[in-house]
Amino acid sequence: MTIEINNQPYDLPDDARISLLDFMRERLELFGSKKGCNQGACGACTVLVDGERILSCLALAAQYDGRSVTTIEGVANGDELHPLQALFVENEGMQCGYCTPGQIMSGIALKSELERGAPSNVSADLTVAPRMSRDEIKERLSGNLCRCGAHNGIIDAVAAYVGGEEQ
Amino acid sequence: MTNIKPNSSSHKSDPNRRQVLAGSAAVAAIGAFGLPVGAQTTAAPAASGAFASLGVPHIRRDGAEKARGGAKFAAEYSYPGMVYGALVYSTIARGTITSLETAEAEAAPGVVLVMTHENAPRLERPEPFYSSPTGMAGSSTPVMQDAEVLWNGQPVAVVLASTQEEADHAATLINVAYEEAEAVTSFDVAAESAQTSFYAGRDLLIEEGDAETALADAEVSIDLSFNTPAHNHNQIEPHAVTVLWQDGILRMHDCSQGVDLSAITIAKVFGISPAEVHLSAEYVGGGFGGKTVWQYHILAAAASQLADRPVRMSLTREGVFRICGARAPTRQRVALGSDREGRLTSLIHTGTTMKIENNSMTEPFFEQSEHMYRADNMHLEIRAGTMDMLANTFMRAPGAATGTFTLEVALDELAERLAIDPIELRVRNEPEVNPTTGRAHSQRALVDAYREGARRFGWIPRSGQRQGYREGEWQVGTGMAAAYYPYKRFPGGAARITLNGEGGALIETAAADMGMGTTTATAAVASERLGIPYDAIEVRHGDNTLPGALIAAASQQTAAIGASLTAAHEVLLAELASLVPATSPLHGLPAAELGTAEGALYSLADPQQQIPLVDLVALSESGTVSAEAQGGPISEWTQDWSMHSTGAVFTEVRVNSVTGEIRVPRITAIYDCGKILNSKLAESQFRGGIIMALGMTLMEGASFDERNGRVMNPSFGSYYMPTHLDVPHIDVGWTDIPDPQAPTGARGIGEIGMSGPAAAIANAIYDATGKRARDLPIRLDALM
Repeated sequence: MTIEINNQPYDLPDDARISLLDFMRERLELFGSKKGCNQGACGACTVLVDGERILSCLALAAQYDGRSVTTIEGVANGDELHPLQALFVENEGMQCGYCTPGQIMSGIALKSELERGAPSNVSADLTVAPRMSRDEIKERLSGNLCRCGAHNGIIDAVAAYVGGEEQ
Repeated sequence: MTNIKPNSSSHKSDPNRRQVLAGSAAVAAIGAFGLPVGAQTTAAPAASGAFASLGVPHIRRDGAEKARGGAKFAAEYSYPGMVYGALVYSTIARGTITSLETAEAEAAPGVVLVMTHENAPRLERPEPFYSSPTGMAGSSTPVMQDAEVLWNGQPVAVVLASTQEEADHAATLINVAYEEAEAVTSFDVAAESAQTSFYAGRDLLIEEGDAETALADAEVSIDLSFNTPAHNHNQIEPHAVTVLWQDGILRMHDCSQGVDLSAITIAKVFGISPAEVHLSAEYVGGGFGGKTVWQYHILAAAASQLADRPVRMSLTREGVFRICGARAPTRQRVALGSDREGRLTSLIHTGTTMKIENNSMTEPFFEQSEHMYRADNMHLEIRAGTMDMLANTFMRAPGAATGTFTLEVALDELAERLAIDPIELRVRNEPEVNPTTGRAHSQRALVDAYREGARRFGWIPRSGQRQGYREGEWQVGTGMAAAYYPYKRFPGGAARITLNGEGGALIETAAADMGMGTTTATAAVASERLGIPYDAIEVRHGDNTLPGALIAAASQQTAAIGASLTAAHEVLLAELASLVPATSPLHGLPAAELGTAEGALYSLADPQQQIPLVDLVALSESGTVSAEAQGGPISEWTQDWSMHSTGAVFTEVRVNSVTGEIRVPRITAIYDCGKILNSKLAESQFRGGIIMALGMTLMEGASFDERNGRVMNPSFGSYYMPTHLDVPHIDVGWTDIPDPQAPTGARGIGEIGMSGPAAAIANAIYDATGKRARDLPIRLDALM
């Protein structure tokens, strides 16, 4: 049983109770993905599995045999920040930084969701591809809680990353 | 749905907003509805040029590290042999533990230790805030020392195991039996015996004249009552600590708002010297008043000592709700009497809040009423009842968060009765000096803030008539309120400046940075003080081995750091003077006649006479020049001046007439907080407070089961907070007038955003619907 995390293969743990998040944090010391609530309510643990975002606190590691996981530690190109990471810094899309990795992973994922035309709860017309708007971004990031109140900077950063039409 | 945001987008990119404020447009707009121009404002001090190098919107220094996921938090340090902690919480509010069955847990896989009051080391009671100058604990309740239970959720056992999964499982195997005692878990019951509270060195009672008689005699009066529930900080990082006893030192990686005070408090509990505790917290995942000393620190350290193993103790989200304190609930009365022109003849702000037996913190919800408006007669009083509950504690803008809600809603109601615009009513009661102390304002430009806010928001003046309108099924309204928070500076600040041979400097101070941008702001202040480029300044913080005993609380840390840097700079000048060679014209000049600028030491009398700092550093034996000092006396706000920050908050609210859904599509807030040190970070701080206030207004509340005192919604699934779709783009601005009495010209900005929005939203809801909501949170059922 192996899992690939940021292009590195790892043996999966024997203990079936271990969440993907705890596996990464406590066994692999990959602390970039954060544990805010451990119940799928805050989004701080968001990672990509084969390109799709999931909440790694609600995923059992053993279920991800053979899958490829990307975490916040895997999106930069060496010293060069991922474009969305750089936009978070420029736009003050953070304060304490604890929700930041999850916000960025959700931001990366929502861009591809929009690009392939996946609708959201605020999409006005389900028969056509959703029209880019700040509300589309906000809705798709609403599973990522921020308590410091960096919301405006976060949305500015993701909007700049996603590009396209703004209201 | 489209959010209309006039003014806001252009504002964001406008680097010259202070000129906007000074411009004639604002004055003209307000002049159109009759407000006096320039009343009660204080001009910028002539020395404002001294602050010229501050205010640059540097990006935060820790931004890239946080964006990479590389910032290390308390639960992210590992040691060989480290074990994981789990807690068992009491399920009764008050009583005695009669039996603890732990054998099954002790035999469970991976378990290293089960600690209860029967085998815990003997510990002193923690010192809570105000019990000593260094008290940092939320309560003095003994930590697992006996069988007594004092609140529902009190830790009664600690399990240490090799993995978190094993510890969590073993914790479920412990059976606890209790003999219940009678507990006070009802606000109403506790209120019956509530007493006028003594808090922060004074009785919470101010009486000037005869406010009740003046109210009865007033030409116009209102008398209102309000309720606000308990609130949780809900930092996204749950409280956690990694602990290690090694070589006679208790090493703690913590998430603390005050590393030095936490270390001293914990040292006293263990009966060791503070020098034997090394506590650091470089990154803290949100604080808001809640990252102080709670039982988990002490339990982790005690269990680590008993098991002789390093311990990681990360509270579950439920655990945070069970053992880390919350903002207290309040029941408030605000009664206002005025003459027909709106001049207040009576201001009554009284009420009841709750505390626990073992702390000294009373939610001081009358402070804005004490300092914001002139009134001929005043009665301000807070009574505190005692409940057998989770400790109450400080949370962002203690007192002012709920106190401005009640006062500012009352002013709105009075304005309507008087048929006077709400801004005009406030301006008519703007005090020339502090209304209760009589001291002069160090700087106050609230009227300017009203004007600028009104202009940018597009405020429609009103005289007793609602301006709300209907748009399809949405009822739309607007409201405004004032914001308030006091300036403070606590003693204990200190800093060390070390100049290196490359023209740079290291600043060391035991300050905390929970995300406000402390290191970024400190580097800018140091750059300005020292005359050394911003990028050549390194800042170390968040470690109790560094100078000072600072706490990031009450919006005072930046002032404390500024005063410390000023003092350390004076010592540094003396050090540099001693290195001046005899051949230099600067030789023999005392420190008081020297300054530093542009990388050089110079003569204040003759600035052309200077020596590069690197040349002086080269003359020192160690190759560095270092100076350390404590910040000066804090008399500027305790004795000399009235120092308070204020602001004006405007909101638009939409209420769905079918569902009752409440939306807040527009907020404009203008603050008068002295000099703004970094516009980018300040904007974010103000918005952060406003967003937490949005949550307090429309959704937040910790629900206690009055039958047993247990928090009923200890999770993010049931304690609602604002998320992205709830949050509009928030237009913020400031007067940017340096406070001549504050060490950096800045009065502090962390809390004030939390005060004002609740009332502005409630007033806008009234404007939209005609319904007055006086209890928080205002959920849709209140408007159906």
